[in-house]
Amino acid sequence: MEVKDKPGIYVYGDKQLDRAEGEAIESLKAHCQQPIPDPDRWLAQEIQRNVLVTTVDGVLNWARKFSLWPVNFGLACCAFEMIATAASRFDISRFGMEIFRPSPRQADLMIVAGTLTWKMAPQLRRIYDQMAEPKWVLAMGACAISGGTFVQSYSVVPGVNRIVPVDVYVPGCPPRPEALLYGIRLIHDKISKRSIATEG
Amino acid sequence: MALKTEPFVINVGPQHPSTHGVFRMRLTLDGEVIVDVEPVLGYLHRGIEKLAEGRTYTQNIPFTDRLDYLASMSNNLAYVLAVEKLAGIPVPERAEYLRVIMAELQRIASHLVGVGAFLNDCGAFMTPLLYMFREREKILDLFEMVCGQRLTYNYMRIGGVSHDIPAEFLPALDRFVTTMPGFIDEYDQLLAENEILLARAKGVGILPEELAINISASGPVLRGSGVRWDIRKADPYSVYDRLEFDIPTGSVGDCYDRYWVRIQEMRQSVRIIRQAVEQLPPGEVRTEVPHLLHPPEGEAYGHIEAPKGELGFYLVSDNSIAPYRFHVRAPTLINLTALRDMMIGWKVADAVIIFGSIDICLAEVDR
Amino acid sequence: MTLAFSGEEIASQVEEQLPGSIVDSSQDSLVVNSESWLAVATFLKDTPGLDFDYLTSITAVDYYDYFEMVYQLTSLKHNHSLVVKTRCYEREKPKLPSVVSLWRGADFQEREIYDLMGISFDGHPNLKRIFLWQGFQGHPLRKDYL
Repeated sequence: MEVKDKPGIYVYGDKQLDRAEGEAIESLKAHCQQPIPDPDRWLAQEIQRNVLVTTVDGVLNWARKFSLWPVNFGLACCAFEMIATAASRFDISRFGMEIFRPSPRQADLMIVAGTLTWKMAPQLRRIYDQMAEPKWVLAMGACAISGGTFVQSYSVVPGVNRIVPVDVYVPGCPPRPEALLYGIRLIHDKISKRSIATEG
Repeated sequence: MALKTEPFVINVGPQHPSTHGVFRMRLTLDGEVIVDVEPVLGYLHRGIEKLAEGRTYTQNIPFTDRLDYLASMSNNLAYVLAVEKLAGIPVPERAEYLRVIMAELQRIASHLVGVGAFLNDCGAFMTPLLYMFREREKILDLFEMVCGQRLTYNYMRIGGVSHDIPAEFLPALDRFVTTMPGFIDEYDQLLAENEILLARAKGVGILPEELAINISASGPVLRGSGVRWDIRKADPYSVYDRLEFDIPTGSVGDCYDRYWVRIQEMRQSVRIIRQAVEQLPPGEVRTEVPHLLHPPEGEAYGHIEAPKGELGFYLVSDNSIAPYRFHVRAPTLINLTALRDMMIGWKVADAVIIFGSIDICLAEVDR
Repeated sequence: MTLAFSGEEIASQVEEQLPGSIVDSSQDSLVVNSESWLAVATFLKDTPGLDFDYLTSITAVDYYDYFEMVYQLTSLKHNHSLVVKTRCYEREKPKLPSVVSLWRGADFQEREIYDLMGISFDGHPNLKRIFLWQGFQGHPLRKDYL
């Protein structure tokens, strides 16, 4: 397809698209050599705060945690344990989470399930950026936590926390649905400790 | 006055609810009709072939689990068959029958997901998927009884299987085998004559027979187009030559035929499991093989009929503990060659159905 | 049972049609030289009695002196199979003829070999990287990578 010279509408050729994608991946790889520190300053605040959560905080946190909507981000084998959690045996709908939103704008939890490769990393960052605040990330499975079995490979990101900050890590290969539900409960605990005064 | 139109490229991106994993397609559209398709792969390329050259033969068995994660038992079986061919290791009878039982149970589980996801794409949002996952959970319970894992089993070993089945496995399997045909009939009743499925899948995405052979398709994609080729009959491995079963074949090669072939294969698998359980002999389940296996120099190609097609492993050995070359003949990568031909001329909504009917698993495509 | 042809049986047939194309033949396989590979492949596909219409798989192996391509061919009609190999002694920019015009199933497999091993194929309609991104330096599956 040739590039047409029309104001406002650009039709990119295949070669241009491939080259642009390659450059985005190489630049992301160069910038993401250190892991992003985990957002755990709420732990320190918990000890300092001696005023209990106010009623407004209580209601907001209750509403947020029991209607967390995950965004579809199943990459590999762990995705099937995530789908099994959403199926009728290990019902995730008991926690209000059965709607997996395809669009990140309508979601507040991203469950990264599976191995992340450098080729997919820019898309992960893009989906994370498109989610609206407040948002949480759950790294599911050994590959998302640290690269798993494939950590020595030339194309695998050694842990999703190089690209996005992670709140909860659920280990396993793949983790059982009960383990994923425990991880989601930990996210609920984290949400219930928020306060609009400190984090908005 | 003629309306001026121009082709438009959209990206069905790697993160998409209907792409069965991280697969990307660049569709060139003229209005709503597809003019060109370019599949972009590699979003899950983990370099398994390179990593396997640094691990021993037994350490590679968990890698094969993670290739097509919906059919781990079949992947394990293909790999250990290739190693046994390379090193000339015999397998005890009981292990052969156990392997067949596990492989056929795995075939049912994989087809349940394949058909459920296909129907999900057709528009039946979650209902068939949830029904099929209900049966799949029963199969996963059986597997957990045997080897402790629900998804990536690592059960087969070079020279047999890892350990024998526990006492409660056979009664539970018996219960499953008695009730499963009833469930398949339930699906048939709800889906086979369903108007919406017929309208969306019949006649859509036709793969003609000569093209299917030319692109080296295999599995339900090839059999849906009318070619009666199944490795279990053409080049029997393990104990398939002692078991009786049919090979369902489609006629036209459209999406409905591929769906129908999968449902019939589930019935045949139940039949095979019944016969294998009757013929199961007592005995040991594993030949003694040294911890660090040094196969003689040479090469071997071992292939089986996996649920998605012909899965083959090509191994080259140089008499050391790790394979010199480990190559996977991925059925789904080769089945995808026909994607462009099957999709051109149809609309965007049909693209999702055609793609779903090939039933790919990205981890195997990308390795 | 699929009858696996030994290289010697087919070698005599190929040699009389296309002299000079066979380098070696053994019990397991037939080794063809790379210039005449396309002609041999056409002969194997079109001759009645051989009819190798199904290309099961293509693999590339890196022995340090040369690259070896292994083609597993099958005939669905007669249920027999054959292993054909061809070698390429170039290390910097290895080139081989492509068989996409005969068996379209070679399309993605040859792209994968180009991506991971660096062997380019003459006559392939769309030879570009398939698994790794454009801009990736090197060919990972070679023995001298990393």
